[in-house]
Amino acid sequence: MRIVATDCGSTTTKAILIEEKDGVFRQTFRGEAPTTVEEPFADVTLGVANSVTELQELSGYKLIADDGTIIRRKNASDPDGCDLYISTSSAGGGLQMMVAGVVREMTAESAKRAALGAGAIVMDTIASNDRRKPHEQIQRIRELRPDMVLVSGGTDGGDTKKVIEIAELIAPARPRPRFGGEYKLPLIFAGNKEARPTIQRVFSGEGFALSVVDNLRPTLERENLGPARERIHDVFLEHVMAHAPGYDKLMTWANAPIMPTPGAVGDILQTIAKGRGINVVGVDIGGATTDMFSVFGGVFNRTVSANLGMSYSISNVCAETGMDNVLRWVHLDMDERELRNRVKNKMIRPTTIPQTLEALVFEQAVSREALRLAYIQHKSFATTLKGVQQQRTVGDAFSQKEAGGSLVDNMALDLMVASGGVLSHAPRMEQTALMMIDAFEPEGFTELAKDSIFMMPHLGVLASVNPRAAMEVFEKDCLVVLGWCIAPRGEVRAGRPAFDFTLRRTNEVVAQGQLIGGEMRLVRFGHGEVGMLEVRPERGLDMGAGPGEPVTREVRGGTVGIVLDARGRPLKLPTSAVERRACVERWLKALEVYE
Amino acid sequence: MAKAYTPGLKVTARTTYRVRRLLPVTGEVRVKVGESVSAKTVVAQTFLEGDVFPIKVAGMLSVNPAELMPLMLKCVGDSVQVGDALARSKGIFGMMKTEAKSTATGTLESVSESTGMVIIRGAQTPVQVCAYVAGKIIEVIPNEGVVVETDALFVQGIFGVGGETWGPLMIAGKSHAEDLREEHIDASMKGAVVVGGARMTAGGIRRAREVGVSALICGGIDDADLRDVLGYDLGVAVTGSEKIGITLLVTEGFGDIAMAKRTFQLLLAHAGKMASVNGATQIRAGVMRPEIAVPLGEASSGEIFTGGATAGILDIGTPVRIIRDPHFGLLGSVNALPEQPAVLGSGSKARVLEVALESGQRVTVPRANVELVGD
Repeated sequence: MRIVATDCGSTTTKAILIEEKDGVFRQTFRGEAPTTVEEPFADVTLGVANSVTELQELSGYKLIADDGTIIRRKNASDPDGCDLYISTSSAGGGLQMMVAGVVREMTAESAKRAALGAGAIVMDTIASNDRRKPHEQIQRIRELRPDMVLVSGGTDGGDTKKVIEIAELIAPARPRPRFGGEYKLPLIFAGNKEARPTIQRVFSGEGFALSVVDNLRPTLERENLGPARERIHDVFLEHVMAHAPGYDKLMTWANAPIMPTPGAVGDILQTIAKGRGINVVGVDIGGATTDMFSVFGGVFNRTVSANLGMSYSISNVCAETGMDNVLRWVHLDMDERELRNRVKNKMIRPTTIPQTLEALVFEQAVSREALRLAYIQHKSFATTLKGVQQQRTVGDAFSQKEAGGSLVDNMALDLMVASGGVLSHAPRMEQTALMMIDAFEPEGFTELAKDSIFMMPHLGVLASVNPRAAMEVFEKDCLVVLGWCIAPRGEVRAGRPAFDFTLRRTNEVVAQGQLIGGEMRLVRFGHGEVGMLEVRPERGLDMGAGPGEPVTREVRGGTVGIVLDARGRPLKLPTSAVERRACVERWLKALEVYE
Repeated sequence: MAKAYTPGLKVTARTTYRVRRLLPVTGEVRVKVGESVSAKTVVAQTFLEGDVFPIKVAGMLSVNPAELMPLMLKCVGDSVQVGDALARSKGIFGMMKTEAKSTATGTLESVSESTGMVIIRGAQTPVQVCAYVAGKIIEVIPNEGVVVETDALFVQGIFGVGGETWGPLMIAGKSHAEDLREEHIDASMKGAVVVGGARMTAGGIRRAREVGVSALICGGIDDADLRDVLGYDLGVAVTGSEKIGITLLVTEGFGDIAMAKRTFQLLLAHAGKMASVNGATQIRAGVMRPEIAVPLGEASSGEIFTGGATAGILDIGTPVRIIRDPHFGLLGSVNALPEQPAVLGSGSKARVLEVALESGQRVTVPRANVELVGD
């Protein structure tokens, strides 16, 4: 079997070829070409054909016909063409949505989760209690030019007045869609079913294409995002894609519905988490935004941190976190005024790359802050349902868990997958690993990996038509295992023992020793190696089994190996600049980051 | 590969410049094809729908929304002023009646029996679109706007703030490498498009704002000075709507950097002519760079420029500007385009090129770190 998959990004269209050889699916070739959605081309299929032509040249298979379409094989012995063609898209700025609900922390947040999970960028969330006056909300709605609107509010059978009020704000505001005047703005209603007749009346005027789906919050205790997400996908295809240049043609080429790129990434991560029974965090740091994905206890969440990125938004990262926070990760002398000008120069010329080591060190310092801020946003969004009444027993009184607490638990995290230029294209994998560790502060045992060539979107769609192929390629070609981070939760004492470790391969001891508080160490453990790692933390430090309790787990080797991190959690850097710089320098040296 | 494709900024002594002037919503076009216009000629106008003001009238009267309709004193379509009674409650035995008064002026658009909310639509706002450059109308897009054409000296900048403006072109300072300081600006520059050389200093910008300069054009600006002008740290380069009383445009970038000599000389040669400047910059999909256009008269046949990003072929001898440290801002020409990727000082592997600098020195830089200069 031969599969061609493309991802049409804002600037580049990436194609991969997947082939079944000896009963196993592998990714064999990749090609890319500039995306051709914008003028003067205004036809996405040209970029697709160009990227697939590159696959054709590399593979030797004829994949593109003379008329520029993708050739299909008639049977398995046919030397030309492919059996399956699939695609994702984020071209033209991706899917941009406005969402609305009654209570910001409840139905509006559920609506936002549904939109983000479907792969959208949420431009704004309107709610009765969003601290804006009604006319300010209307003004905002009028300024936005979304691709579609999702309205929720009220539990089924509950009060209808508030959700109708929200609808009555949106209708006269007449938000204009992104794609021109003739286009009716798709509006999905996923709120209290009792309000449907009135909602239909409110949006019956010209300008809206209303569709109604099941309430995404039928009761306070239950979220039902599936129907809203599916409808978003349908509307994306029927309305948004159909109005984007060339997509009508692309849709006829594809064997599966075209998905928004982040939605596809979310799907593959959910497939992996479910298949391996693990908790996963994925990150894709781009030039303008950072996408975070997590699956904890089977619950999927996605956030997009707009304006936290490494080129278009690099200046915003520095403004949001402050230059002091960026420079705390830097061990070299740098002039702040010059750095600030460099940041702005990167913002206005986003395609440049660091030429000197100093420039690389600085960009990687910025990336730590962008990732850290994006993760904070993600943790505060990926929560249990808010507004749920809890029945407490005497035992619960000691757990102190509240409704609306974050689902993201670094101790329970098993696998962290990185993608995006600054992480994927770092000259040394040790740099990628340390950026992830510094930004996310994983606890206990955490496997670190990166997406080799940003293949996750392609595999997300593939999972919908051929899950086995998607899983096999994900494990064998997509993921590059960097290694493991081993770090105790709790405050370490500088200069005092933090934990002992022993790494065994079958019965042979590969490495053992003791980590002192504040120390980092790297144990090289190569790709394909498997061993048992026993860690014995000091009193007060937790490796996952409770304070002071030893933990033994199987670990797989990777490009970097096993990073032993005795800096404690939460991670605290020395306040004195001299001491801090010395610390950072020691950590960089221990992990051979810039050698 | 002996050639490569790379972005660049357009700086040209003469081009046929076309600009589309469109209304945000449909309206009336006020000029005809063939008509000559000045920068400030209004070419199209329309009215934007008024603001919407929701008023919770049922709540104000403490009645059920379903009972509101008979209590309304104003009907849909009626004009209302602030303070006008919109509805009156029945009271108790005809006494103690409560009135709900309008908090907005406009037209009553709707009354909701579900929520008891009344919508008042404010007055329409007039919107006018001017020609922006002096030239000739070559196309009328019915109900939407026009296309203006002129032959112009055209310079794309790298970054700007502030919107469209125009005025006579005046040169401050003596050379492309001289910083623009306070003493370079005087009262005669009110309403002018003033060209400096290298960095626009904080003092220079302050004085230009005091005097009422329309636009300031320089090679560079310091990040800290931009922050002072805007009052905040700019996070993303999407600009043009700032209300700062002046349009600032830099041709090269941030920091101490001289304007490219050719750009300065081209502008110098046209001192005294009317120039149109737009500081709007958008560095996302659909790149928009700030621009200066100096109309030179009737359009002649030749190359036509309609805005947007430009790009071209990088070849041996092509003039380029290095746009990243450690050689940021230096100009030169392509001396070699090695085929194989090279390992950079950062440890990354990338495709590179060799640039012969104006000083005679030769440096190797990543291909991603240069841009084309010139036409």
